[in-house]
Amino acid sequence: MPDALTEVFRREAGRCTATLIRVLGDIDLAEDAVAEAFAIAAEQWPTRGVPPNPGGWITTTARNRAIDRLRRESSRTDRYLASHRLQADDMAPDHLPDPDDSGSLDELVEVVADDQLRLMFLCCHPALAPDAQVALTLRLLGGLDTPEIARGFLVSEATVAQRIVRAKRKLRDNHAPYRVPAAAELPDRLHTVLAIVYLIYTEGHTATSGDGLTRVDLSREAIRLGRVLTELMPDEPEAVGLLALMLLTEARRLARTDVDGSMIRLADQDRTRWDRTLIAEGHALVRACLRRDQPGPFQIQAAIAAVHADAVTADDTDWSQIVTLYDQLYARRPNPVVALNRAVAVAELHGPDAGLAALTALDVLPLEGYQPYHAARADLLARAGRREAAVAAYDRAVELSGNPAERRFLEQQRATLAGDRR
Amino acid sequence: MPQYMISVWHDGPYDDLDVSSPEVQRLFSQVSAFNASLEQAGAWVFGTGLRPASSATVVRATGGDVSMTDGPYAETKEQMGGFWVILAADLDAALEWAGKAAAACEGPVEVRPTEDA
Repeated sequence: MPDALTEVFRREAGRCTATLIRVLGDIDLAEDAVAEAFAIAAEQWPTRGVPPNPGGWITTTARNRAIDRLRRESSRTDRYLASHRLQADDMAPDHLPDPDDSGSLDELVEVVADDQLRLMFLCCHPALAPDAQVALTLRLLGGLDTPEIARGFLVSEATVAQRIVRAKRKLRDNHAPYRVPAAAELPDRLHTVLAIVYLIYTEGHTATSGDGLTRVDLSREAIRLGRVLTELMPDEPEAVGLLALMLLTEARRLARTDVDGSMIRLADQDRTRWDRTLIAEGHALVRACLRRDQPGPFQIQAAIAAVHADAVTADDTDWSQIVTLYDQLYARRPNPVVALNRAVAVAELHGPDAGLAALTALDVLPLEGYQPYHAARADLLARAGRREAAVAAYDRAVELSGNPAERRFLEQQRATLAGDRR
Repeated sequence: MPQYMISVWHDGPYDDLDVSSPEVQRLFSQVSAFNASLEQAGAWVFGTGLRPASSATVVRATGGDVSMTDGPYAETKEQMGGFWVILAADLDAALEWAGKAAAACEGPVEVRPTEDA
């Protein structure tokens, strides 16, 4: 795919799919129409040039493909849609678009701001297993392909593909509604949605593939969804906490990479390059959360990011506050990744040996295929003067890294260390 | 409108209900109130409790021959104790009914969509 098209795809695929699911009442038909539109773009754009509004072009073309298909296969499609369509709450249950009335179709395919939110709640439907919710959201809303999802979640591509197929079939067979849940159901449904928006954000923050360290569009998309969620549920502190966390992390984006695209660690970042506007917004949200005093995992992580943002230099970081916050987080989410981050903070507070001791105490089996674990361990080993073990840990981290910028950084660290040994 | 089966599950074999026990009386009255709410909403298609699985007979028809064996068919520990078939606009509506069904019969229920006509 040409670069321009890839970029448009990342930006528009989810939005476009969300709207077409509402129009067609079927996930597969919508995906097909969007894929067809991108295939036509791949054919036409290199010779005719990229249209002035590429996103609009894709949406219109996908819509037209869908209309063509409805016309061409109208009797079969009617039967199919009548029995399978997902119901949107603003349409009569038995209303089908009339393929000969382009006017009514135009109205139907108009982009509705809520479409992505509907799709969000559909993908995160409680009748689906969490693994399926994650895979479906990343696929339909994030525009990620199966290998990217598989790498992000340390499972095989076949597993991801199967999860997506089953999830779509279950939603269709069960006539899952295509709507934003009513007020009474919202709080319960929101929890999963937040976790999945954050996963999209982290996927964008350190892309699992591609040349750059970050995939700005995905992060931006996650932040956009986060904003929609906080607008929809201003009294839900975890939604606010999630947005704050994403903004405070996003503020460091420019400082995270060198001119050549290599990754720069938090401790080595030029903090004057942090985005003060995003930090101010994130801080205000964290303060609003503190006033509410209903702490949850996203609010605590946002508070940790806020402590980092407060430090003018890395040495000014209040590590004791950060360790306390990780303790609170671990009490609510006792998982190995939280424990790993806590161990890193312990190392900053009490030295590399204390950090390594905290790592040793972990059940490392789930972390064996997790690149950040090996990178963190390598760093602590190097600082503790255990060079050979550190080099070995860097080797493992390099091996697991799917991101070139990250890999370059790890290779440099390893080379410096090996050179020091003489 | 879509139809769903809501089935009631027991973790092991169960006996014939002792209708005179206060516990069974309580469940009966809860379930009949739930049935009434289904009917009132126009969601009722069918519903009933089932006699214990040990009362089941398996019937096979192969090549024109019909044979019978002592049931039940599924050799599972878990037993279906009864079921409803309901009409619901969509999955969320069906799940809402299922929540009320689980509360009425004080046990887990399973929701499955029927094959479309």
